[in-house]
Amino acid sequence: MIQTFAFYLFAVLVVASGTLTITARNPVHSVLWLILAFFNAAGLMVLVGAEFIAMLLVIVYVGAVAVLFLFVVMMLDIDFAEMRAGFIKNFPIGILIALVLLAELVLGIGAYRAGALELGVPDGAAAPIVGESNITNIGALLYSKYVFLFETAGIILLVAMIGAIVLTHRERPEGARGHQNIDKQNRRRPEDATELKTPSIGKGVEL
Amino acid sequence: MTNIGGIGIEHFIVVSAILFVLGVLGIFLNRKNVIVILMAIELILLSVNINLVAFSAFLGDLTGQIFAMFVLTVAAGEAAIGLAILVIYFRGRGTIAVDDVNRMKG
Repeated sequence: MIQTFAFYLFAVLVVASGTLTITARNPVHSVLWLILAFFNAAGLMVLVGAEFIAMLLVIVYVGAVAVLFLFVVMMLDIDFAEMRAGFIKNFPIGILIALVLLAELVLGIGAYRAGALELGVPDGAAAPIVGESNITNIGALLYSKYVFLFETAGIILLVAMIGAIVLTHRERPEGARGHQNIDKQNRRRPEDATELKTPSIGKGVEL
Repeated sequence: MTNIGGIGIEHFIVVSAILFVLGVLGIFLNRKNVIVILMAIELILLSVNINLVAFSAFLGDLTGQIFAMFVLTVAAGEAAIGLAILVIYFRGRGTIAVDDVNRMKG
């Protein structure tokens, strides 16, 4: 009973906040609705016993991606009213394509429910160990069978990080504030930067 | 696991299907505003993740959850690169209207 209530609560909220994400006038509000959508999706995942992915969703999306969106939205000086110009014009074709897609998906689900398709029976290769927690099971699988994929994911993140830095990095001209001479910085030694003084007793140091 | 309190896998598939369609609709409605387009793509990826996790739980196979993690990784990288491109685009043009991007004449 409580599961049914929780499911419908999360499901309605995730759909409502998803709708508001794409229709909100102000992109800051869009980001906040997106955060709510992610929270409720995490709730749905907790409901089926996938706690680890749910917490990952909250940490990665709400903690990192949504904040990144907020930063960009607030940093760029954009006339958002002008951005809305095509909203009404694109509405009919958008709704049309959305309805076609939804009809296709409903058809697929209907076919699945009618038993037209036999869902593959899992071979039990990645079945969770009964009695162990979700995170233990995921860890056992992730660091054994999928270890190369795991490392590839790390490389993808590294490439994304370097790419984002390289794209947005700006060289400041010589003499300007924030100009960096990396060679000069690397050549700097402790002797150039620090000086040893031996002040006599009761006296201060002249800097 | 066949269902939890009367909630079967179909319920989760329907929610994720609706969310997917909302994401596609968002791309069409906000053709100019690339920030909202990126958010709509995040919605689509979220719906995919819900689908993967639901199937993983109901079929008793953890591979779906592992795969959802990789989708999460790629989504995070995509958001970072996408917003970086957005920032340099804004620097060069002073606007983020993307409905008339034709600099490369592709």
